Amino acid sequence: MALWGMVIDLDRCTGCQACVMACKAENNVPAVGAKEANRGRTISWMQVLTEVDEHDPLGKVRFLPRPCLHCDDPPCTRVCPVYATYRNPEGIVAQIYARCIGCRFCMAACPYNAKYFNWRTYLTEGPGQNPDVSVRSKGVVEKCTFCHHRLQKARERALAEGREMEPGEYIPACAEACPTRAIVFGDLSDPDSEVAKLARSPRAFRLQEELGTRPKVIYLTEGEARG
Amino acid sequence: MAEVDTRDAILLAPIEQTGRGFYWALALLSLAILWGGIAYAVQLNEGLGVTGLHQPVSWGFYVTNFVFFIGISHAGTLISAILRLSRAEWRRPITRMAEVITVMVLFIGAGQILVDLGRPDRVMNVIRHGRYQSPLLWDATSISAYLTASLVYLYLPMIPDIALLRDRLGKRKLLYTVLALGWRGTKRQKKVLNRAISVMAILVIPIAVSVHTVVSFVFSMTLQPMWHSTIFGPYFVVGAIYSGIAALIVAMLIFRKAYGLQGYLKPIHFRYLGQLLLVMSLLWFYFTFTEYLTGYYGGEVEEMKVFWGKFTGPFWPFFWGMVLTNFLIPLLCLVRLHRHSIGKVLTASVSVLVGMWLERFTIVVPTLSYPRLPFPGGVYWPTWVELGETAASFALFALFYLLFTKLFPIISVWEIQEGREMGLKEVEERLLTYLPETAEGGAHGS
Repeated sequence: MALWGMVIDLDRCTGCQACVMACKAENNVPAVGAKEANRGRTISWMQVLTEVDEHDPLGKVRFLPRPCLHCDDPPCTRVCPVYATYRNPEGIVAQIYARCIGCRFCMAACPYNAKYFNWRTYLTEGPGQNPDVSVRSKGVVEKCTFCHHRLQKARERALAEGREMEPGEYIPACAEACPTRAIVFGDLSDPDSEVAKLARSPRAFRLQEELGTRPKVIYLTEGEARG
Repeated sequence: MAEVDTRDAILLAPIEQTGRGFYWALALLSLAILWGGIAYAVQLNEGLGVTGLHQPVSWGFYVTNFVFFIGISHAGTLISAILRLSRAEWRRPITRMAEVITVMVLFIGAGQILVDLGRPDRVMNVIRHGRYQSPLLWDATSISAYLTASLVYLYLPMIPDIALLRDRLGKRKLLYTVLALGWRGTKRQKKVLNRAISVMAILVIPIAVSVHTVVSFVFSMTLQPMWHSTIFGPYFVVGAIYSGIAALIVAMLIFRKAYGLQGYLKPIHFRYLGQLLLVMSLLWFYFTFTEYLTGYYGGEVEEMKVFWGKFTGPFWPFFWGMVLTNFLIPLLCLVRLHRHSIGKVLTASVSVLVGMWLERFTIVVPTLSYPRLPFPGGVYWPTWVELGETAASFALFALFYLLFTKLFPIISVWEIQEGREMGLKEVEERLLTYLPETAEGGAHGS
């Protein structure tokens, strides 16, 4: 069975936010409006976090694109009282919007703040949306799914054509949109896949590794910054 | 069997007649409840966006209130059970007041979670798809067990008093007849009742301890800085009993004044409870000190962000306000209780109620305000919706309590009578058994 994962090369990231916009369009992620955004209610499954480099005399800004890290041992799924969030056998941490009661325990438990809440009705079904992704109602938690619907589509296409799914047939919108190829996606359980090779790089690290959550989004450090 | 000592007629007076004060209180409380009702209607319609909650502070007033009110619930049943089991004679006018707090406040506390849900219409999913891996399910189990046990424990010692009302009072005959369960005060009935009360008193203690332990687990089972702590269970239980006693004292003083119960609730009762409050204050400080010192000494980066956020950061008024109201003021008020004991105990209790609310707030909100990753931060500030809901919660609790006192005697009539008739003799006999048997005049040995 596949174990889906992602490598993000921070040396290549320019902070252009193409991944953020591609994600929003792909997953019907609502634009909450300026008023709500100022209140800290932006929903951004893929979020580019910024940090000013303290060691740089010019105050260079560093970027950290952060989707859901799809932990292999996710703190969020443990606390869900209704099985609305769970890790599926292929390692994707999923959210069942139709079951979520909106207690926000998973948000409080996620050390990466990768979960978002629909504080109001931000979006209703309408034209121009991706029909493969359901629109979330107010009062439920949502999050990055590694564009799980694309996996289902790729698998069905392969099935219809009577063949195995090829590597590269399923990639999330953010990886597809990245102009510098900073985001690489694939099957971590296949040692020959590009993503698995990169994950073995000496530059590879995981966010808050010491927490033992074992994220499946792996970062490559900035070579120069590290010296 | 159902005669009342004329001396105790005052205990039934609030049920027999209603004064103007009651309607004023009713109007005032209804106003606060109306505010909360409107706030909740707006929230239900527009979503939790009408509150001040945001990313990353996704829990605020509602969860603080939840922990606070569930904490208050420890006043009653636990204290009453301990006093009964230790056969403390001074318990007699207190136990029912305490037990009523528990039952009423548990409804309010559990209700906070319902208010906090984004999709309250799906609350039954907790039963339909409930998953015991989640500490919230432990809460649901523990709190419903506590509510059931507390209700039974409140009801059992009420039966003789309800029978009294059935026989004496002209009104609400059906209600009292049904609830009295055919009590006639026979020897056998009394024996069964006393046995049942003892069993419930023992049963209720472990349940009460479990309740606040699992409430703390909601926080300590996560990996978040200053939540992930092993002493949170006992720390929360101590805080719960602490705030519970304070709430009990305030309730006692209010009804002492309103219903003229000075003859029953004497300064000695408040001195004893004040001493208990002082012990809990020191215990609470001990836990708080240990918790923060270990955090500080470890010096873990994420812990320290939250730590300094509380000590000198934006949460300093809450943190130092908590230290002042939860430790310094009670300590100053309670160390010497010889004179002005009632005023001092009241000041300390009100202070502790404020302080324990602040304590719950400084546990819930600061941790969420300092995410590990470099997120744009934001300070949580409640809107009129949360304030209204909070005001309504307190008012609803007061209203429930008030209505209870209009239906049932708030001081157990039969237990006071029992104290007069049998308690004295029993204590004397018990005292004799403590003393060396050779002494002839042992009864004077006190």
